[in-house]
Amino acid sequence: MYLAKIHVTLKPSVLDPQGVAVSNALKNMGYSGVDSLRLGKYMELRLEGQKKDRARVEADVETMCKKLLANVVIERYEFSLELLP
Amino acid sequence: MKFAVLVFPGSNCDHDLEWALKHVLKQKVEMVWHQQDALPTGVDCVMLPGGFSYGDYLRCGAIARFSPVMKAVSAFAKKGGMVWGVCNGFQILTEAGLLPGALIRNASLSFACKDVHLKVERNDSLFTSGLKGKDVLRIPIAHGEGNYTCDAATLTQLKQGRRILFRYCDPNGIVGPDSNPNGSLESIAGILSENGRVLGMMPHPERACEEALGNTDGRMLFESCLNALSRA
Repeated sequence: MYLAKIHVTLKPSVLDPQGVAVSNALKNMGYSGVDSLRLGKYMELRLEGQKKDRARVEADVETMCKKLLANVVIERYEFSLELLP
Repeated sequence: MKFAVLVFPGSNCDHDLEWALKHVLKQKVEMVWHQQDALPTGVDCVMLPGGFSYGDYLRCGAIARFSPVMKAVSAFAKKGGMVWGVCNGFQILTEAGLLPGALIRNASLSFACKDVHLKVERNDSLFTSGLKGKDVLRIPIAHGEGNYTCDAATLTQLKQGRRILFRYCDPNGIVGPDSNPNGSLESIAGILSENGRVLGMMPHPERACEEALGNTDGRMLFESCLNALSRA
């Protein structure tokens, strides 16, 4: 079994109004050092597969990110893959 | 003219569309459940309604776009079929890649539910040819994620292809930040596909089709289509 940990974030060029609102809230709390904040998504995905299947599992997760989990028009994604004991 | 109105789990403007098309415009309408993998025969226009398909999970329209019926819609559009998405329907069309760009959270972070004015950028499209010189429409919006965005290259293509059909404006037709309800790039409210036969728009014309509702500006868009297709 594999565990994929996937981060999806808005591309730097895309305005993130939620991130701006949250970072303003932090500043209002007195954290004057807050420069900026971007909101994203974190997903954990468990996939069947053994040690020898790593390349296939990695390719599958890549395709899943591209086709559904992220909208590559506005978002970037990155993931790590871990073989569970 | 025969319309197909797609119904996804969470669609909630499907019956408004059906009412406007069937009872106000007296056209044939077939409701098409998203699990169907083919469109009814003889359909002239496929409409994707507003709502919250799949509860807006992941991203608005992201899951609906993989519904079985969407394969048929893509094939229909590629053959030159007429496809019209309103609100969540627009979001689904961008997710499906039938229209470029994406719709993200309103800049205000608030759900915007009110009448807006739209500047009609061209009156020679399938959807606007019957406006008879009227270049400002009043149509309601109701969305939380209607903030249109795309990259610079796409924006150039949209402009060069005259594919921006509607921009948010004030009652006098002036486009500016004060009349932009959601932060959309260049105040974009609706865009066309390259062949001009796929339209996505955030405002709801089906809610502005009857005198009893105080506004018939939306009906003019449907009538434009009927006239354009009956001439073709």
